Amino acid sequence: MTKKKNIELLQGNEACALGAIRAGCRFFAGYPITPSTEIAEVMAKELPKVGGKFIQMEDEIAGMAATIGASLTGKKALTATSGPGFSLKQENLGYACIAEIPCVVVNVMRGGPSTGLPTSPSQSDVMQAKWGTHGDHPVIALSPSSIKESYTLAVKAFNLAEKYMTPVIILMDEVIGHLREPLDFDEVKDLEIIDRKKPDITPDKYQAYHGGEEGIPILAPFGTGYRYHITGLTHDESGYPTMAPKVVERMNRRIVNKVEEHKEDIVEFESQNTEDAEILILSYGGSARSAKEAVLRLKAEGYQVGFFRPITIWPFPEKEVGKIAEKVKAIVVPEMNMGQLKQEVERVVAGRTKVLGVNKVDGELITPAEIITVVKGVE
Amino acid sequence: MDRIYEKYFRTDRLPHIWCPGCGNGIVLSAFARAMEELGVDQDQTVVVSGIGCSSRATTYVDFNTLHTTHGRALAFATGVKLAEPRLNVFVFMGDGDSTAIGGNHLIHACRRNIDITAIIINNNIYGMTGGQYSPLTPTGKKATTAPYGMIERNFDLCELVKGAGATFVARGTTYHAKQLTDMIVAGAKNKGFSVIEAVSQCPVSFGRRNKMRSPLEMIQWLKENTINVKAAAKLKPEDIKGKILIGELYNTEAPEYTAEYDRLIARVQGGGK
Repeated sequence: MTKKKNIELLQGNEACALGAIRAGCRFFAGYPITPSTEIAEVMAKELPKVGGKFIQMEDEIAGMAATIGASLTGKKALTATSGPGFSLKQENLGYACIAEIPCVVVNVMRGGPSTGLPTSPSQSDVMQAKWGTHGDHPVIALSPSSIKESYTLAVKAFNLAEKYMTPVIILMDEVIGHLREPLDFDEVKDLEIIDRKKPDITPDKYQAYHGGEEGIPILAPFGTGYRYHITGLTHDESGYPTMAPKVVERMNRRIVNKVEEHKEDIVEFESQNTEDAEILILSYGGSARSAKEAVLRLKAEGYQVGFFRPITIWPFPEKEVGKIAEKVKAIVVPEMNMGQLKQEVERVVAGRTKVLGVNKVDGELITPAEIITVVKGVE
Repeated sequence: MDRIYEKYFRTDRLPHIWCPGCGNGIVLSAFARAMEELGVDQDQTVVVSGIGCSSRATTYVDFNTLHTTHGRALAFATGVKLAEPRLNVFVFMGDGDSTAIGGNHLIHACRRNIDITAIIINNNIYGMTGGQYSPLTPTGKKATTAPYGMIERNFDLCELVKGAGATFVARGTTYHAKQLTDMIVAGAKNKGFSVIEAVSQCPVSFGRRNKMRSPLEMIQWLKENTINVKAAAKLKPEDIKGKILIGELYNTEAPEYTAEYDRLIARVQGGGK
């Protein structure tokens, strides 16, 4: 057997950091917090090697702010945190939404609320990822379920951020963040890398927030001859603050719709046996690994179970789950919270089938047996 | 103002939102004069601000402008400057913005000695929200949230930033407009973190609650209650008691953060540890 040289045993956090660098990330600003700190540590070590910059800021808020500031110079920028830090980042995350500044925020979820369980897994920031910052705003949140995916989704997160000019959240959980698996770099060598568009008109005709036909603005990096204004105030197409109702309405709808109207391009999921399934198990992140094992065991016992894993938690794969809901007796949703994504599944299903949660908030990963018990209880 | 300075303003954004008698315009004109004197390339210059009256300055000046969240201007600016050190970075903040909600970012920008010039307009009050006390409201003065007088002690901003590691510290006023220009020029030339405190008047939210109803009275107060640091050096302590020291208060050299980072990259890429 020939020894493969391009394989490394990595944690999810490490793979995520390396994936970010692969995506072209050249700036990291953050603050130490368990269980995400390894991301900062890898970036501190690796970024200078590729000419990038790492800075440990004075707090979580500053980490988000500096990440946004760096992105405005055209650099791909990352920050990483966990629950309490994610709470602190929310205001500036909203700033990135309204000012349409691409960047990636990793939230390695731990038990909450408040300081909660710093070293234990949880998936209880699903709704915070969507509604954590105030006001209506677009959200893209990705959920890796393996080490390889921690790497590839870091690349995808930057691609989506650059393409749609919006912050993208990687909603990892502690299980994946600290899990170790081999990553074969040969398997991830052909990844598409997307860079944000540059303006193709002269500065005198440039309107930073025009958005064009797609509703996606083209922000010229600072220092490239396009002088314009960026603000967290509601603004018009030129970027200046406005309170004109029609313009305000237009801006608010555009920043949300640029994600909503491109769901086909953004949404990603994994599904197995959904065609002939009687019961669907829908799970994500660390819990999805137990769910997959439960599916295997149940199938061995003759149960007709399907598996569905949203990779984009937001936007939620609404259309696909809606279709499955027409056919199955029940959808079982294992997650390490009190039913956050289950609520979204219920909304999408709209009464067409039963939705049952497998919920655990004790700081432990859900076991396959716990899922199997709920599936077997479906009448 | 001379037409020569017009190029630094977005004249189509005028009139500005500031109240009659506000000192912000004087600071902004000092800034424009400083830009002319420095001969800055507007395309290569970023002006960042936080939230508050002073922070609206970024709307009116014609540079790469970034109007951020309350208190966070320096954190955003740190990202800009570290990511692209060739850009000139100026930051406008107010007293509440920079020393209350943004106090942490202020001391750490000082500590890093990152090559940014911060112009802090100190009108002793939160003007935008209608006159609440800030960490720079002098003890005893009145504000809507200190109706019986401020009982907290106020910061000495210049002592604060000096202690935190800023390498250029100066204090001017809107009465001493020419000196203010000179301070901004000197601050920009300093390779490191520079703070220029521009003591300014807010007749609407501060003055009228503190027996200085008109802008003129406030500017008169600035004239009479300030003393240049050089002149003060020749006087006895009792003669300068209660006066605000103005002028270049501190100027020293220290390693600049982004240059240090570039050296780190060279070291790492050169195979060093």
